[in-house]
Amino acid sequence: MKEIIVLSGKGGTGKTSVVGALAALAERKVLADCDVDAADLHLLLSPLERERNEFWSGQVACIDPDRCNECGLCEELCRFHAIKDFRVDEVSCEGCGLCCHVCPTEAITMSENMAGYWFISDTRYGPLVHARLGIAQENSGKLVAVVRQQARKVAEEQALDYIISDGPPGTGCPVISSLSGAALALLVTEPTLSGMHDLERVLAVCRHFGVPAAVCINKHDLNEENSRQIESQCVSQGVTVVGKVPFDNVVTESIVHGVPIVEYTNGSISREMERTWNTLRAMLTNGSQG
Amino acid sequence: MIWPVRNVVPEWSGNSVRVSIASGKGGTGKTLVATSLALALSDRYHIQLLDCDVEEPNDHVFLRPEITGSQTVTIPVPKVNEEKCSYCRKCADVCAYNAIAVLGNRVLTFPQLCHGCGACSYLCPDQAIIEESREIGVVEWGCSGAVALVQGRLSVGEAMAPPIIRKVKEQADPDGIALIDVAPGTSCPVVEAMTGSDLCILVTEPTPFGLNDLALAIETVRELGIPCGVVLNRAGVGDSRVEDYCNDKSIPVLLTIPLDTKIARLYSRGITLVAGKPEWKSSFLRLFDRVTEMIDERNHSSKR
Repeated sequence: MKEIIVLSGKGGTGKTSVVGALAALAERKVLADCDVDAADLHLLLSPLERERNEFWSGQVACIDPDRCNECGLCEELCRFHAIKDFRVDEVSCEGCGLCCHVCPTEAITMSENMAGYWFISDTRYGPLVHARLGIAQENSGKLVAVVRQQARKVAEEQALDYIISDGPPGTGCPVISSLSGAALALLVTEPTLSGMHDLERVLAVCRHFGVPAAVCINKHDLNEENSRQIESQCVSQGVTVVGKVPFDNVVTESIVHGVPIVEYTNGSISREMERTWNTLRAMLTNGSQG
Repeated sequence: MIWPVRNVVPEWSGNSVRVSIASGKGGTGKTLVATSLALALSDRYHIQLLDCDVEEPNDHVFLRPEITGSQTVTIPVPKVNEEKCSYCRKCADVCAYNAIAVLGNRVLTFPQLCHGCGACSYLCPDQAIIEESREIGVVEWGCSGAVALVQGRLSVGEAMAPPIIRKVKEQADPDGIALIDVAPGTSCPVVEAMTGSDLCILVTEPTPFGLNDLALAIETVRELGIPCGVVLNRAGVGDSRVEDYCNDKSIPVLLTIPLDTKIARLYSRGITLVAGKPEWKSSFLRLFDRVTEMIDERNHSSKR
């Protein structure tokens, strides 16, 4: 079983649209949405929820005012500035527990925090594992790890060939959690200076964690010169450009209709997505270093 | 931080204003709004733009500032003096992040997992743990015209953005206007960047993805008690559900930017909207007027 994670660095370059297309094109796969704090893949795949599970993660401190003698030690030691006037700011608390350990009157307890949900759903493209991180919660990286673990389990139980994951933007905690140990990272970029800047950083993250990368240039005709530059930089770094998708509002139309682009139109974008998937599949089969 | 002397425009004379620019969904135009708003205002006042999207900072791509200073950001991680250590495992027991482990007569630390809380060193009965600094990123500052830009950058391979965001925000001028460019999403880096804002501008696009993530962003700002208004970008591309939603929730749409390939091409070249199409300057100034009106109204009503 091979796991493909779709990343981009910059947000809004088209990760979810690409994953939607791959969902419709690839056979024998499980889908995973690792963008747990702004998940959108379900809007394209119309999932039927089969299983809902609570995500308990991290701890938060709580001060019992009856036992607190207002000595202020906890506030003094908290590195996250989460204690003020003998009360805990749950948003700032990182759950380290130092306050609880040092409190001379044992007024502080740590409690587990229900930080979201994860789901296993059926879609007409195959099973989907997705999640919803609670608002302003921490530990998106841990929830991503749960989603990946469950997707792997589904793939093993049903002897599926691929895990195709929609990743989060950025380069930090949830991205690292989505990336480590994947067979291939598909990086969706756009020919804008900011897209290029962010691609370079996310490519460096892939190298750092030893995950081979391939690049798909979305809206490539928006700026042909920038697209050529992306291609030549990919060549010089030994990264394959597996797709060049034209700029077309039909992609947005397909999102409005809530279906993957390849099911919405037979046009050039759909043909390009087919070509992209065939190249990716060949790379995965050959174990090529992208 | 020492800023180059800028005598061209006056200081902002009102109360300090902190406005964050966020979105939920990535790629909706936060950077476009933040940079154009900063440039439009910089004709009138000293403006500070704090790029708190430290995983992918992009404001500099558009503003091309001359970087005049920087500071590395570190977090304290444990260093164990094994001569003093009695291998009692207290450190491993108290670490909430599994960043330290004791295996027989060896102590292993995993600095990448460490949040720098200091519990291990504080609670070690043998005083065998001291803390050393580990670099996780950098804060840089410089000017582009009359805009003072401060940006943070998380090092490649590092997971924890919030300590860098905190350092960027420490550079905010306590009396002036600071615009804060926030990362996409709704989790800790977003909360860290938004906290303390007088108002949050949520940038979205009229698509089901834009709507879904706008709703999440609105929940986030409400959780933090920050008032918000919406900038609708690429208007005309999708459907009317975002506008209906804003009407329904009584959230003002502060500015509408149409879908326009010319704007997209300017953006692709790293040119801000107000530099490429100066006629937009007045729209951004009106946006800021509406923002300050909303902040004033709120301050009045909370005083009563």
